[in-house]
Amino acid sequence: MSARAWTRRDFLDLTARLGGGLILTLTLPACHPKRPTGAIPATGGAANSQVNAWLRIGTDNTITVFVDRSEMGQGVYTALPMLMAEELHVALRDVRVEAAPVGDAYVNQGNGGQVTGTSNSISDAWEKLRMAGASARVLLISAAAAAWGVTAEECHAEAGCVLNAQGNKLTYGELAVAAARLPPPQGIQLKPAAKFTLIGRSVARLDTAGKCDGSAVFGIDVKLPKMLYAALAQPPVLGAKISALDDAAARKMAGVREVLRTPQGVVVIAEHFWQALQARSALQLTWSSTANVGVDNAAIRARLAKAMADSPGLPARAEGDVREALRTAHTTHTARYELPLLAHATMEPMNCTADVTADGCDLYVGTQVQQMAQAAAAEAAGLAADRVRVHTTLLGGGFGRRLEVDFIPAAVVASKAVGAPVKLIWTREDDMTHDYYRPPASIRLDAGLDAAGALVGWRFHTASPSITARFAPSTTDPFDSVVEGAFNFPYAVPNLSVNYTRQEVGIDVGYMRSVSHAINCFAIESFMDEMAAASGASPYEFRARLLANKPRHLRVLEEVATLAQFGSAPPGRHQGLALMEGYTTHIAQVAEISIESGTLKIHKITCVVDCGQMVNPRIVQSQIEGGIVFGLSAALWGEVTIKAGRVQEQNFNTYRVLRSNEMPLIEIKLLDSDAPPGGIGEPSVALVAPALGNALFAATGKRIRALPLTAQKFVKIV
Amino acid sequence: MQPLSINGQTHDVDADPETPLLWILRDHLGMTGTKYGCGKALCGACTVHVDGTPMRSCSLPLAAVAGKSIATIEGLSGDRSHPVQKAWIELDVPQCGYCQSGQIMSAVALLNRTPNPTDAEIDAAMAGNICRCGTYSRIREAIHRAAQSMKPTA
Repeated sequence: MSARAWTRRDFLDLTARLGGGLILTLTLPACHPKRPTGAIPATGGAANSQVNAWLRIGTDNTITVFVDRSEMGQGVYTALPMLMAEELHVALRDVRVEAAPVGDAYVNQGNGGQVTGTSNSISDAWEKLRMAGASARVLLISAAAAAWGVTAEECHAEAGCVLNAQGNKLTYGELAVAAARLPPPQGIQLKPAAKFTLIGRSVARLDTAGKCDGSAVFGIDVKLPKMLYAALAQPPVLGAKISALDDAAARKMAGVREVLRTPQGVVVIAEHFWQALQARSALQLTWSSTANVGVDNAAIRARLAKAMADSPGLPARAEGDVREALRTAHTTHTARYELPLLAHATMEPMNCTADVTADGCDLYVGTQVQQMAQAAAAEAAGLAADRVRVHTTLLGGGFGRRLEVDFIPAAVVASKAVGAPVKLIWTREDDMTHDYYRPPASIRLDAGLDAAGALVGWRFHTASPSITARFAPSTTDPFDSVVEGAFNFPYAVPNLSVNYTRQEVGIDVGYMRSVSHAINCFAIESFMDEMAAASGASPYEFRARLLANKPRHLRVLEEVATLAQFGSAPPGRHQGLALMEGYTTHIAQVAEISIESGTLKIHKITCVVDCGQMVNPRIVQSQIEGGIVFGLSAALWGEVTIKAGRVQEQNFNTYRVLRSNEMPLIEIKLLDSDAPPGGIGEPSVALVAPALGNALFAATGKRIRALPLTAQKFVKIV
Repeated sequence: MQPLSINGQTHDVDADPETPLLWILRDHLGMTGTKYGCGKALCGACTVHVDGTPMRSCSLPLAAVAGKSIATIEGLSGDRSHPVQKAWIELDVPQCGYCQSGQIMSAVALLNRTPNPTDAEIDAAMAGNICRCGTYSRIREAIHRAAQSMKPTA
C-alpha cells in the first residue's frame, strides 16, 4: 500500500471540456508496475484509452464519479465514491455513479488488469480516488480565489461550494469551467485519518433505492430497440463439440429468426426468450464423443490422490528440516483432506446483450473483467478492441463467475448475424452445468509434536488443478492462487513445508469467492484442531501459544474467544474455532452447534474481523455476514457431481444453498484498526467449514476430513 | 390477444398461452423488476402477487392468470413509499439486489395476511426466496420494522 510506483505529481493531469464543466482525469503512466505474484494479466484493452475520467462536475452542479470496479453487492458503488467525496467535500447523496468504460487507467494495481476480484477494490482505490477528490477541490478553490481576487488560503470548500470569510460563495458547478482551465495542482496533501468525516462511517448505500422498486438494471434487464432474444444449446458432456445439427423443426417455430452454430454451441434467436427456449428444445443435436465421458467424481479423486503419491510437488515455502523433525518427533500425525467441485450459482444467471452495427459493438454485460469482455467481443465480432464499447451493468452476484467471458461471444455472433441487438440468456440449468467450478483438492498434512505437545514440524501438500494456467496462461508463477492460506501459515513452527502438485482433472476450474483460502483453510484449521487434541491443549490455547509474534492474528483470536465465550458453551452446545489471514484481513470464527436426535443444529457463528481501516462499516458487516452464509452453503451441501462427463446438479433443488429458515444467529465484531484497508468480500467464507468441522469433533469425537458435511454419515444434516 | 390486469392497468398481450407470466412481464411488457432465477419455482426471484397471493411467475402460464389481478414490484408504490420498501431502504437490505424484488413481494404478502409476524412465521414465509449474498438477517429485521410502521396508530 505505502510504496506506490508513481508519484502524485506524475499522475495528475487535467483536461477541460468546455461547456461540460470539469473533468478530472488521472493519467497513470506507471500503472503497469511489475505484476504481483498471482497477477491476472490484462488481455485486449483499447490502445487509445490512456486517459480516463474519474470525476465529472457539470455546470449544473451534478457530480458524477466513474467507478471502475463492478458492483456485485459488495458496495463499491458506495465505498469508492465515499473516498472521492471525503476529499472533494461534497455530500455523498449528491454524487452520481457511472460505471467506468474500458481503459488502461482503470487497471487494478493489485491484479494487473481491469478486474473486480481478489477483494482489493478498496485497497486499490484508497489513494487514487482520495487524490482525485483532493485535486479537484484544490482546483475549484483556486478558481474561486481567482474570481474573487483573494488567495486560496482565504477560501475553503464545503458541501459542493467554495466560500470565503467575506461571505462569497460559488458552487462547484459555477466554478467547473474555470477550474478546468487551471494547471494541475502540485503538492496535494491527503487528510489524515483523524480528520475523516465520511470514511469510517456507516452511511447509506447509493445503490439501495433502485434495488427496492425494480428499477435497478442488471445485465438481464437491458432493453434496446428492436432487441431479439437468444438461448444457447451447449454440450451436455463438458468439452464435447457439435457433430450434427437438424434445426428444421426449430426454425419453423413461432418467433424464431435464426439458428446459428458457434464455437460455444447452437444459438437460437427469437422475438422473445421463451420462444427461443422452446425452439432450442426442438433442435436435433448430436455431440462428438470426448475423453471427458470418463470424468466423474471418483476418477477426479483418484487422479488427485495418485498425483500426490507420485510427486513431492513444487516447494512454495520451506523452513527448517521437516523430514528430520517428523522423524524425531515424539508423535507424528497424518491426515488427508478432500474438497469437492463447487458451482458459483449467482442469482442472476449468465447473460449478455450485444449490439453489433457498422459503428462497432456495444456490449451490455455484468462483468468483473471489462478488458477481457472487450477482447472476447472483439474477437467474436471480428473488430478491433477499441471498437467494442463495454457498458457494465449491475451484477446479480459475481463470486468470481463473472471473471469469465464464456457467455459473451455467442451473443456477439448472434447480433452480428441478425443485424439487431441480441440478449442471450443462460437458463439456471445452463449456468449450473456449464460453470467454471471451484477446483477440487486433495490435501495431505503431516505434523509432529514433541513430548511437551509443542508443534515441531508441519508439512502441507496439495494436489489440485490450476485455475490460472487456463485463465492467464502467460503467468509464470507456478503457484498462482493454489497455496494461498497455506503459504502464509501463521503459526510458529520451526520446520515447515508447503508443496503443490498440479494435476488437471479434465474439466475447467475457476476462481470462486475466497478461492483457495476456502480450500486450504478447511484442511489447515481442521488439522490444527487435530494437533490441539493430540497435544492435550484446548484449540484456543494451542493456537494462541503459536501466535505470540502475530499480534493481529492473536487479537482476533482473543476477541472471538471472548465474544463467543469459547470453552464455556452452554450445556449440550459445542464449539469449533478457526482463524486465518487472507486478503490482508485477519479474521477468526467460532461455530456453536448442538446435535439433537442425531441431527446437526447450527446455533451461532461468531466472527471477529480486523480488516484495517474501514470505509463503511455497515457494508463491511454485510460482506462478512454474507460470506458466512456463502460458506455455510458450501460447507453443508456444496458439491458438484459429475457422471460420465455430465454435471448432475441442474437447479437449486439439487444444488442446495442456505435459505432464511436455516440461518443461524451471526454475531460479528469489527475491530478498529489503523492498518491499511484489507479485503472484506472473501475472507469470512473460508472459516465456516473448519469452524463447523471442529465443533462437530468437539460434539462427537469424529473428524470431518471431506466436504460437504452431508457426505459424512454420523450426523444428519437436514 | 389476452387482456392482463397488472398493477391496476389492463395490458393486451399477444403470446403463446403457455408462456410463463415472468417472460410476459419482462419481455413483452418491459417490466424487468421481476427476475428470472431458476425457472422452476425454486428460488423466489420472480415472485408476484396473483389476486393477493404470492406466486412464482416463472411457473405460471399466461393462460392461468386470465382474469386475475397481478401485482409486481413496479406497482408497489410510485415512490418507494410502501412500508416494506422504506424498511428495506432504511436498513440497506440489498447487496447485489437481484433477489430483492422477490423478497419484497413475499414480505408484503406475508404482512398483508400476518400483520405482526414472529421470526418463525417470517422464516416460513420467506424460505422460498433464496439470497446468495446472505441478506437474510436484515430481511427479517426489515419485516419486523415494516410491521411496526404498518400498525394502525391508536
